[in-house]
Parts: sequence; structure tokens; C-alpha cells
Amino acid sequence: MKIHEYQAKEILARYEIPVTNEILCYSVGEVQDAAQKLGFPAVVKAQVLTGGRGKAGGVKLVRNGEEATAAAEKILGMDIKGFIVEKVLVAQGVSFVSEIYAGLTIDRNTKSAVFMVSREGGVEIEEVAKDNPEAILKFAIDPDLGMAPFFARKIAFALFDDMNLVHQATDLFQKLYKVFIDTDASLVEINPLVITSENQLLALDGKMTFDDNALFRQPEILALNEPSEDEKKEIDAKEKGLSYIRLDGSIGCMVNGAGLAMATMDMIKLYGGEPANFLDIGGSSNPQKVIDAMNLILSDKNVKVIMINIFGGITRCDDVAKGLIAALEQIKIQIPIVIRLSGTNSKEGLAILKSANLPTVETMSEAAQKAISLSVDFLR
Amino acid sequence: MSILVNKNTKLLVQGITGRDGSFHTKKMIEYGTNVVGGVSPGKSGQSVHGVPVFNTVADAVKATGANTSVIFVPAPYAADAVLEAAEAGIGLVIAISEGVPTLDMVRITPYLQKRGTKLVGANCPGLISPDEAMVGILPGNIFLKGNIGLMSRSGTLTYEMVYQLTTNGLGQSTCVGIGGDPVAGLYYEELLQMFEEDPETDAIVLIGEIGGDAEERAAQYIKEHITKPVVGFIGGLTAPPGKRMGHAGAIISSGTGTGAEKIAAFEAVGVQVARQPSEIPELLKKLLKI
Repeated sequence: MKIHEYQAKEILARYEIPVTNEILCYSVGEVQDAAQKLGFPAVVKAQVLTGGRGKAGGVKLVRNGEEATAAAEKILGMDIKGFIVEKVLVAQGVSFVSEIYAGLTIDRNTKSAVFMVSREGGVEIEEVAKDNPEAILKFAIDPDLGMAPFFARKIAFALFDDMNLVHQATDLFQKLYKVFIDTDASLVEINPLVITSENQLLALDGKMTFDDNALFRQPEILALNEPSEDEKKEIDAKEKGLSYIRLDGSIGCMVNGAGLAMATMDMIKLYGGEPANFLDIGGSSNPQKVIDAMNLILSDKNVKVIMINIFGGITRCDDVAKGLIAALEQIKIQIPIVIRLSGTNSKEGLAILKSANLPTVETMSEAAQKAISLSVDFLR
Repeated sequence: MSILVNKNTKLLVQGITGRDGSFHTKKMIEYGTNVVGGVSPGKSGQSVHGVPVFNTVADAVKATGANTSVIFVPAPYAADAVLEAAEAGIGLVIAISEGVPTLDMVRITPYLQKRGTKLVGANCPGLISPDEAMVGILPGNIFLKGNIGLMSRSGTLTYEMVYQLTTNGLGQSTCVGIGGDPVAGLYYEELLQMFEEDPETDAIVLIGEIGGDAEERAAQYIKEHITKPVVGFIGGLTAPPGKRMGHAGAIISSGTGTGAEKIAAFEAVGVQVARQPSEIPELLKKLLKI
């Protein structure tokens, strides 16, 4: 789960990490007032749950009231990668001498939290990672030790010679680790963390994402969730036991299991088609689940054909077939369906579908090819 | 021979009185797995499908001599259940539970290392050595005893692959579902080494998916340590960046973890990568000269 910059900085501030003075605004008038209150120069920043807002023109430095108004008018309502800007953050301008990157995430390989720092802050860290990987220093954290003072100091010394800054950073890094652990974050990032002209460390930006698996024990974090329209659909699906992600193609997919669902999408692409969605219905033959899944797929008007790919494991194919028939009797579907059923009792399952006049194919590749040709025919 | 589980496996089921725990205990017993006990706090003295239930893993181990444990408890308590098994001296723990917080997995890892406990999962379908033991939720009937070792991050994709193998007469020594979470127990490198040392395994199938760089690391490990032929498959080649594709670990972030990179890493070390599941049997037959 993602949150906005202003929310991330509120959390950082709660842990006494120094952040810029700033005010959240929803209208041009609010931006004008906020800028007057904070003084000039100030920065107006779009608050959207996606990256790349700077490149999109969603961040503007303003030196007077007129510029503040112009920036607010331009940024509020702006479309950044499909996200409409509904609120902006007005932050006090800060003069600084250098920019640092500091971040925490999970490292799959060491199976631990890892602290990352770089002297090349202020730019996208992914670009630094690609162009100049040595510039990023990584410190795996032993979960039994946590961010011990000596460890935070070790990281601070990797960045600074000035003891004043080392002390500040040691303290800040320990707090940042505490934020990460306390909130079950999957990423906490300050970029840039600047050294101001007064030689103080200050977080100019903040980014946090959280482990979806841990949200059950993070009610305060969960309350910050602002799902997009597509995400609302995904959440809705999840409540029905379905895992759904909308894509741009025309072939609706219904599959049991995440891995097989991914492989099904791959198969469609391999033969030149475009999947309309990722949809894992899990392992059950419950007709209601199939109905819910069908309705979800059909809510996407781009879908021209539905491809059902079920591997019967514990759930036997004959049960799956009965569930499919029960579901299809209840909802009218105007577009073609291709069903591929394989695994335990597949012969019996296919016979049941055949007797109900439902078209079946034997392999995944056949199913994909048939679905693609049907989607093309449909367009004609 | 086989790896991790066999006829000598004495299995405990943690969470045996729950719906899933009870259902799959029955399936495991039917397959022939030696299920010696179950654990469910407060339910000591009961029995589930003829299997005695204990309050604690320590009690169960004392009474039954169990050496392996499978975990069906709900995700919020799964990490604690793994620790309990490790503390009681269980050498191999298989965690089926889906949705375990990542930091819970991070926290338990050092203790498991200290105790020398091997963990498979969480969020995995379990593992099977055909005709010897099945631990987890795998559909036992699709497996066939043989000489192919298989490891996979996905459940149903594993079944799809196994079905292809079995219907082509290619049996399996052991199939391991390692789970789809970002931080998990045994991973490719450990399992590759086990299959390398297993005299019954003649070839290895590695089924990866997008996210992280485990496949790239596996490729490096194969180059340096593995002499047996390996065939690969990567799921999620067409997944959009930044989206979690069902598995918590299956997410492409900032241009790393893409399927194309993984395929390139495998092919660079001579591992053949199937573009669709049905190609796997042919590739294996060629490599094994069948």
C-alpha cells in the first residue's frame, strides 16, 4: 500500500525526524494563503500516488504570490499518469548545500532489512542504481541487533566527516529504522535528505510503502489508504476471494492460481494477443465465485472473449465443470468463451462440459490461440 | 532417495483442528504420508482422522518422535508456529499459511539458522517425494515417481508442469513449492545443491517468476556448482511493472526483476528456458537422451 508524501512526512515528524514546514492545500486560495504564511520562496508539490511527478511538471518553485497562484492553477487538476491531482503540498523553500539519499527496504537475499544511503541524493535512486551502483552503500541489518547506535554511526561515518552531521545522522537513522519496523513498511525513503546552509539535516521529501500482509495489525496505516478506481475493483475482488488486476487487452482471463494466471497471460502474449486482466479465482469449484469472476471480467468493456484456464488439483475437474455450468446458467454472456480444463478427473470434466455444449480445448496453447482468433473474429 | 521428505518422515500438523489443517491431514494420510500427530493449543487429547492432538509442539515431539512439521495456522500466528517447531527440535518446517507479514519472516530467520531448522515457505503448496511422502496441499495423484527434481515459486503452475511431465512418462524424485513471498525459507540455491547430491535425481526443473533476483542468482549458482542438466521456466513475462501479481513477491519494481532479465541470465549459463509449459518434457528428454 502506498501513501502520499505529506502523510509519509507526518509519520516521520511523529518520530522527531526533521521535515520541512509545509501545509496541505486543496484549492488555489488555500495555496495562496499557505505560501504567504510560509514565506517565499516556497515549493508547490502535487500529491499523487505515483512517481515521476517532477518530470510531469507537478513540482514548482514559486518566488511570489503570483507564481504561487499560477502554480496552484496549473498543478491542481493535472493528470499525472492517470492520477488527477486533488491536493498539493506547499513547502517552505530551503537553501541547502548538499543532497543525500537514505532509505530502508527488505532484501530478499539476506532476508533482512537493508539500509541504503548515497551521497547522490535528489535524483531518482533507480537511475543511480543503474548508472553508478557503487554510489549506493547498502547495510543489511541483523534483526536481533536492530539499528544499534554503533551501526547507525557506522552508516553515518560512511557519509560524513563532520562530527556534528555524524551525530545528527546517527540519531536520524535510528529513528528511521524504528518507523520502518513500527509501521511494517516495505519501503521508507528520504530523498533528498539535505544538509541545510545552517548544517542541519532535513527531510525535503518522504516516501513510504507498506506490506499488504501486515495491514491487519496496522489500523492507523490502513486508514490512510486512498485506493484508485482500479484498486477499488481489486479490493472488491479480494473480498470475494479473487485476485484481480486490470490490464489493457481484450482477452478476459479466469484462472486458478497466481502462477498459472501469470503463465496464461504470457501464453496469450506469446501468440500475439493481449490479456485484459490477471484473475486468480483460487482453488474451489464454488459457482458463486465463478459468477463473481465473470461479472468482474465483463465489467471491462474491452473484453471480447473469455478464456477460462483451470487446473484441477485437489478440486477435481468434474466438480469445476459442474460449477462452471451452474454459473453460466445464471448469467447471460454475449461473448465467446474458451475453456481449458486439465488435471484430476479431466476426462469426466470435459465430458460434462461437452454435454452442456460448452466449447473446450485440451492445452493452454490451444486455448490461447483459439481465444485470440475469436477476439479477432468478434471485432470483424 | 529423494530430498527433504521420504518414508522416514514423521509429520506433525500444526493447526490440525482448523478447516484446512483437518482437510489436508486426511489427504496426506490417504497419500501414505506418516502423519504422527497434530498440534492445537487447548485441544490435547482429541484426535483428527485418527491422529492424536497435542497442546504444544514440544509435547507432540516427545510423544511421537516427529521430525517434520507442516503449518496451517492463520498468517498472523504462522511465524510463532514456525518458532515453536524450531524450538522443539523439528528439523524441517513447511509453512503453507498465506499472507504472513514480511517482517515476521525477517525476525524468525536468525533463530531458525541458530537451531539448524530448515523452512519451506511460507505461502507455498508444500512438497512431495512421490510414493514416499506428501506434505502440504499438493494433489498427490498427478505425481509419478522418477528422476526429475522440481522447484517452483508457484502452486498451480507447478501442477501444470508436473502434469506435463507425468503424462510424458517423466517421473519426479521430489517437487518443492518454495512459495511466492519476498522473504521465504529454502530457496533455489539450497535446493539445487540438494538435488545435485541426490543420487535419484538426474535432471532439475526450476520454475521461477518475476520479482527479485533469485533466478539470476540461481543461474550463477548453476554455473558454479551444478553438473546435472537444468531446465527453466519463468512466469509473468507480460506482467505490468509495479503491480503485485497475486504473489506478494511477484512485483517488478524499477526495472529489475523482469522476466526477460531472468531468461537472459539462465540462457547465459546454458540453462534452456521453455517458453511455454508444454515444452518442458521435450527439453528434458533431449537433455536426458531419452
